[in-house]
Amino acid sequence: MSANLSSLLFLMTGVLFILALRGLSSPETSRMGNFFGIVGMILAIVVSILSVNIFFSNLIYFIIALSIGGIIGGIIAFKIPMTAMPQLVAGFHSLVGLAAVLVAVSAYYSPDSFGLGTFQNIKTASIIEMGLGVSIGAITFTGSIIAFMKLQGLMSGSPIVFPGQHYLNALLGILIISLIGYLIINQSTQIFWMLIIASLLIGFLIIIPIGGADMPVVISMLNSYSGWAAAGIGFTLENTALIITGALVGSSGAILSYIMCKGMNRSFLNVILGGFGTDSSSNNTKETSEQKPVKSGNAEDAAFLMKNASSVIIVPGYGMAVAQAQHALREMVDKLKKNDVKVSYAIHPVAGRMPGHMNVLLAEANVPYDEVFELDDINNDFANTDVAYVIGANDVTNPAAKTDPKSPIFGMPVLDVEKCKSVLFIKRSMSPGYAGVDNELFYRDNTLMLFADAKKMTEDIVKHLD
Amino acid sequence: MEIDPFIFRLSIFILSIFIGYFVVWSVTPSLHTPLMSVTNAISSVIIVGAIIASFSSLNGSNISFSNILGFIAVTLAAINIFGGFLVTQRMLQMYKKKKKENK
Repeated sequence: MSANLSSLLFLMTGVLFILALRGLSSPETSRMGNFFGIVGMILAIVVSILSVNIFFSNLIYFIIALSIGGIIGGIIAFKIPMTAMPQLVAGFHSLVGLAAVLVAVSAYYSPDSFGLGTFQNIKTASIIEMGLGVSIGAITFTGSIIAFMKLQGLMSGSPIVFPGQHYLNALLGILIISLIGYLIINQSTQIFWMLIIASLLIGFLIIIPIGGADMPVVISMLNSYSGWAAAGIGFTLENTALIITGALVGSSGAILSYIMCKGMNRSFLNVILGGFGTDSSSNNTKETSEQKPVKSGNAEDAAFLMKNASSVIIVPGYGMAVAQAQHALREMVDKLKKNDVKVSYAIHPVAGRMPGHMNVLLAEANVPYDEVFELDDINNDFANTDVAYVIGANDVTNPAAKTDPKSPIFGMPVLDVEKCKSVLFIKRSMSPGYAGVDNELFYRDNTLMLFADAKKMTEDIVKHLD
Repeated sequence: MEIDPFIFRLSIFILSIFIGYFVVWSVTPSLHTPLMSVTNAISSVIIVGAIIASFSSLNGSNISFSNILGFIAVTLAAINIFGGFLVTQRMLQMYKKKKKENK
């Protein structure tokens, strides 16, 4: 295949991928978008096979590799529970990162087959791009593995901090930049591998100090990195499809990170530097909390309240995902609807462990998406609502974010749950949320605490609704 | 003086960032999880690099270090491509079912 034709077809792949993302602007067009994405990918694979000099008998190796990967990927895609989406996406990011590293190493050792020059005599522009690609790829790889382990519960979700952490990271950052510099002057194998090792190390180090509830930012950020890594390799290989895709994915991840940071009213830097919830300022609020009285109720009380309400807003959070309570919740809502109660769902941007996490879980439980609202669209409705049903959310409902300038979460946009006539708050215990901040909502007169597992409590309420 | 082809690629890159920026802002927040899984799937287009690596001067009997890395990269990218697109499809299917029930 001529180089011009293949370039045009790679450009078409890029266009198809743009259409794939464009399709996600509404659920109706999204499946068409995914189809465009698949077509684009097939096109890219076919074109690259046709444009390499290939011995026909060797094609079998490729088919074997593709089939092994395809089968593994297919099984994962069908078996994975929707609650595990965050760790799945983190795991997939690590694969993109590793693939980028492998391709870059391969290009370093056989630059002739990529048209980049000869071994240790690679074109200057290509070696810079290769250095950047391999470094970002390696950071994505180890960073995503740590994110995966934290989300999967294979390591503690709490931030791991040690003295001098930031200095070490800064030092490694400088080392990486200077190694790329050295690589341009002297393309030695040692420097190339040192660059990879330093990048792997920093990927690990920048994710360990970040806590569980900041994972939406981390996953979005790694999503962005995987895009930039692909773009770096795209520049090295002079491939338009990779450059366009890398740019799309990179900016997509960056936008999602921005949305998540805004949802927490924290700067990106603040999240990345980590260690949130470990500062001493949160301790003074805890002391006063113990003496305050709390009204607690049972499933019967909750069922009675909701049955006699005319409108209910449900506020789901990560706890709903942990308890796998989405199906029970849907059942409860169906019963309420039969009693002519108007039900809607309010989703905070950072509810859950990744962007849109709650929406997918509700979709899985067959909740119609036109009953699910974002923070800005529903926040004014709480004042006219009888009951708010808070299931597995905590910090995102804390009124202290609006009233207490000393609170660590002050300024964070929150759902105005307290404006409802009554609030039902499901929680396993009185322990404060992730941010380590006490929620004054617990002590309000119109709040009824339901101390139980989210799924069990919801199921009990369903029984009492009959 | 002739323009370096790098400048053309850089132009494509910069313009694509802007396209990505506007397209992604128009994505509805309820589809942010499928957005992540589909961007993940398309970033596996890195498989084109893996394919070149796999077949670079490969002639049956002598498989080089680069070739082996290439094949591993093809496998990893394939996991991502199939896994990413299929799981996205599965999620989007859920958004469809409700639509029907609603009518």
